[in-house]
Amino acid sequence: MSKKSSPDQRRTAIGLVTLVVVLLLWYVATTATGLINPVRFPQPSEWLNSLRTIALDGYGNGKLHQHVLHSLKLVAMGFSVAVAVGIPLGILMGYSRKAEALINPAFLLLRPIPPLAWIPLAIVWLGLEDASKILVIFVAAFVPSVINSYTGVRNIETPVIEAANMLGIKGWKMLMEVLVPGSMSMIFTGLRLSLQASWTTLVAAELIGALYGLGSILNQAAQDIYPAMILVAMACVGVCGAATTWLLGLLEARAMPWRVGRVAA
Amino acid sequence: MSRNEALTRSETIRYTAIGTAAFFGLWYAAAVLQLAPPKFLPMPHQVLATLLRLCQEPFAGHTLPQHMLSSIGRYAMGFGLAAAVGVPLGLLMGRFRLLDDIVSPLFDGIRFIAPVAWVPFAALWFGTGIGGPTLIIFVGAFPPCLINAYRGARAVDIRFLEAASMLGIGSYKTITEVLFPAAIPSIIAGLRIGAGLGWLSLVGAELIVASSGMGYMIVKGQSAVATDIVMAGMVAIGAVGVVIDILIRKLEARLLKYR
Repeated sequence: MSKKSSPDQRRTAIGLVTLVVVLLLWYVATTATGLINPVRFPQPSEWLNSLRTIALDGYGNGKLHQHVLHSLKLVAMGFSVAVAVGIPLGILMGYSRKAEALINPAFLLLRPIPPLAWIPLAIVWLGLEDASKILVIFVAAFVPSVINSYTGVRNIETPVIEAANMLGIKGWKMLMEVLVPGSMSMIFTGLRLSLQASWTTLVAAELIGALYGLGSILNQAAQDIYPAMILVAMACVGVCGAATTWLLGLLEARAMPWRVGRVAA
Repeated sequence: MSRNEALTRSETIRYTAIGTAAFFGLWYAAAVLQLAPPKFLPMPHQVLATLLRLCQEPFAGHTLPQHMLSSIGRYAMGFGLAAAVGVPLGLLMGRFRLLDDIVSPLFDGIRFIAPVAWVPFAALWFGTGIGGPTLIIFVGAFPPCLINAYRGARAVDIRFLEAASMLGIGSYKTITEVLFPAAIPSIIAGLRIGAGLGWLSLVGAELIVASSGMGYMIVKGQSAVATDIVMAGMVAIGAVGVVIDILIRKLEARLLKYR
């Protein structure tokens, strides 16, 4: 490393070194010395083999891409319904105190219940099919999207709303040109939390009972005491979570071009 | 839509009352009209009655208070561990660049793995008694504890640190007497988020790998198709979550005074 390297370069370099060291440690602790029993944690080669097995031959009712697509589909459905209902509701509650006072009681009563606690109820109501998973993902993703869009609207400075009122802006125009842009950054914070909650809930729901999906691989691998496959499934959960969060980030950059310094038209 | 005007006190009370009445009214209406069979949709007072009955009659091996105690015991271990490791590590990362550069990429690598995805390894390594669920609670509660302590330490005014080093105060004392007090609000915010995520993870862990606890109770209620028990359990889980949040806020008031 040259002496002039910027802090970012230094960070990347140390990050890469750390990654290599961790992989080496993994190899040394499992394959080279056998410090860690392979029944407890897989060797790197086993992990690669399992990845190949599930990708090419399939494991637990399907191949890797089928499981991944199934999980993605459920998350996309639960998340988008939750967001489509949650954001307008949050904006309404932020804008109208009357609506807030009316809706808040139900919200306060339901909100403390962790989304995962809805899973048994969803199973009693809808069975082990996809519908029950979509319901719990909806519950999980709904709360953060309501709360954050509510806070976003509440945080718009009063003079802005007063000025808009004075200029006779109301209804749809008020919504699209004042409330939504003003609360956009909070709305996206909410979306990000909603997305995380969706994945957590989906994995839990699939662990409890599913034919396909990443959680079902985890469940199957746990029953087979197959640590390498457990680690493959965990890695897939992480990659899917990171990829969807990244997509949301792209959307955020598009929705708020002014954030990156471009002047909004 | 009405204008964004504050409501008077009596208006707030009136609308809140209407909202509450509507919530329970719709629930009763759905149950009375039998939109779902009574077995699947008990009425609110029946859920309350079940809640009280569960306090004396054991279900799934224990009474509700016993399940609650076993949940709380696991939770205290997992969350305590997460705070005890996460907060100091976060402060150290905020103080020492090298540590930050080493831990951050590792942390980013596993951050996206949902806590419940650790369930199989937790069961394999630590069993289903107290160890396995504790690991999952730890995994759930750890990231916010760490991130907020880190951010809090990074946000400390550099002049304080310079003053401390000029006065010849050692690293350890700098952390306990400068960074920690300055980062308290951020740390508490992290503890609150972590407490919530830890509670969520506890429920997830108990649904899948435990043999006691409130999550286990509702999953048994589910297999017995006893909707009232499931709902009573959900109410109890929510109530304990609220109590935990209140306790942490009390702790915040205490610590801010200490500062």
